[in-house]
Amino acid sequence: MTAQVPITAGIETGGGAWRFPADRPLPLDSGATLCPLEIAYKTYGTLNATRSNAILVCHALTGDQHLASAHPITGKPGWWDLYVGPGRPLDPERHFIICTNVVGGCMGTTGPASLDPATGEAYGLKFPVITIGDMVRAQAMLIEALGIPTLFAVVGGSMGGMQALQWAADYPEKLFSVVCIGAAARHSAQNIAFHEVGRQAIMADPNWCGGAYLKGGVRPEKGLAVARMAAHITYLSEAALQRKFGRELQRDGLSWGFDADFQVESYLRHQGASFVDRFDANSYLYITRALDYFDLAAQHGGVLAEAFVKARNVKFCVLSFSSDWLYPTIESRDIVRALNGAGCRASFAEIQTDKGHDAFFLEEPLLQQTLSGFMAAQAQARGLA
Amino acid sequence: MTTTIREDFAEILKLVRPSARVLDVGCGEGELLELLTREKGVDGQGLEISPEGVAACLGRGLAVVQGDGDRDLDHFPTQAFDYAILSKTLQQMREPKHVLSELLRIAGQAVVSVPNFGHWKVRWALLSRGRMPETGALPEPWYSTPNIHLCTLRDFVSLCDALDLRIDACASLAEGRSARPIDPRQPLENWRAETALFLLSRKAEPQPAAAARGGLFE
Repeated sequence: MTAQVPITAGIETGGGAWRFPADRPLPLDSGATLCPLEIAYKTYGTLNATRSNAILVCHALTGDQHLASAHPITGKPGWWDLYVGPGRPLDPERHFIICTNVVGGCMGTTGPASLDPATGEAYGLKFPVITIGDMVRAQAMLIEALGIPTLFAVVGGSMGGMQALQWAADYPEKLFSVVCIGAAARHSAQNIAFHEVGRQAIMADPNWCGGAYLKGGVRPEKGLAVARMAAHITYLSEAALQRKFGRELQRDGLSWGFDADFQVESYLRHQGASFVDRFDANSYLYITRALDYFDLAAQHGGVLAEAFVKARNVKFCVLSFSSDWLYPTIESRDIVRALNGAGCRASFAEIQTDKGHDAFFLEEPLLQQTLSGFMAAQAQARGLA
Repeated sequence: MTTTIREDFAEILKLVRPSARVLDVGCGEGELLELLTREKGVDGQGLEISPEGVAACLGRGLAVVQGDGDRDLDHFPTQAFDYAILSKTLQQMREPKHVLSELLRIAGQAVVSVPNFGHWKVRWALLSRGRMPETGALPEPWYSTPNIHLCTLRDFVSLCDALDLRIDACASLAEGRSARPIDPRQPLENWRAETALFLLSRKAEPQPAAAARGGLFE
């Protein structure tokens, strides 16, 4: 497989923004409701006659619905282009693949930058705090609206993997299989700590204006860029950073100042600067909060196995990456242990790679092979050709 | 899938009840689990250490957990399976006694096969040449063999006694020949059996977990 072949350029088959009527608000875990609710989504492939080939792909923290479509702002290929396409593990020739922007996001689904009907202005910090459970509840509303009784699979990596687990806990009867990649059943203290650094960077930017920056026509770009830079380090491994950059300099010799002397500095600055073009700072606050609040065991009396007891008919595939220190293998093993405890049939593999958490988006033959094998076997079990 | 069935697989196929819940520890590429699923309709789960094996099992539609029999059996709840199978690898475990005990915590019955270090070929190699034996069942030289805890048939039977296990069935296995039911306590069998396959259970039945409800892992 060669990187970034633009064969997915034309595979999008539908999507848009689904606006739910005012009598269909989204009830939230906090007790609040979100109304009106609009969900932006993309689809690839076609739903078969028996409506049994639908796959929901859940995106990560800074992802969106552009699973295998060029991003409208950056022009870059879809974020999971390498895994979605003809002959790839998620194949629009066989599957009907749906990807939605999460609630709280900033690519068309209702989020803090959307207009608050009560004030006619952007929500800002008046947007209610949302959870992974809320994201999944909104997705379930869309799946129902699209006329899909059960999903063949819910697939996700990182925060997407958490949504997939939440699906299994909340809607086991609507699922055939779950693929959870590089995720965890709860956010660890370290995960929360890194997110807090990012949030504080945003809120320390004077242009954040207490969350009401859209009113003033400014954006806390510096704070958001720093948040992205700090987070980006956690997506890579030490070995990958070393291999990619080492101590290589941008120019001959040191500047004896604070320019980006080292290539790794320049790379991070670029990551930060390009991120602010496509992401809303308040969305970053809300979605990181949703991740920090995520603790699937706590939702089930402190016993993770309890989250899965109704999902005994669902087939699970849990995958981790050996060099992922953000959501390390042990977190995936805990999920598998709970699945076994609940009497679910689960598969688990640790993919050997030095690419860290981001291996999920990258060309990783073992991930390709494992995912293809699981999807093909489940398709056979589901009676899909 | 090869057309000839390994002699131990054929024997295991006979032992296992239809529709049983089966854990195959060290399931490799899933040949046995696939056979049991196809022929007996079992509800199977594999545990396998190699990534290649895990990928192969997934491609076959088997549920497989990447892990190590020595370390990861504690992932599985008490009495979650009817059978736990450990084929020709107990002697490679760091703690065979613990593993055997774990198998019978997880499952009602354990199917375990072990090469017999008391086999006459082994004794003859030691006696005549004074060298570590290299036989059909134990093909590797001492310095590269994965077998770190070899035992004789008598040794294994006495371990079963020590763990208060009941031997429900035992068969002698030899490559290319069909299995032969034996009494493992017969001294002569300790000379004759190259590999022995045991069906074991606990004398005192453990309380089966109530369909693996939560609360198992607090």
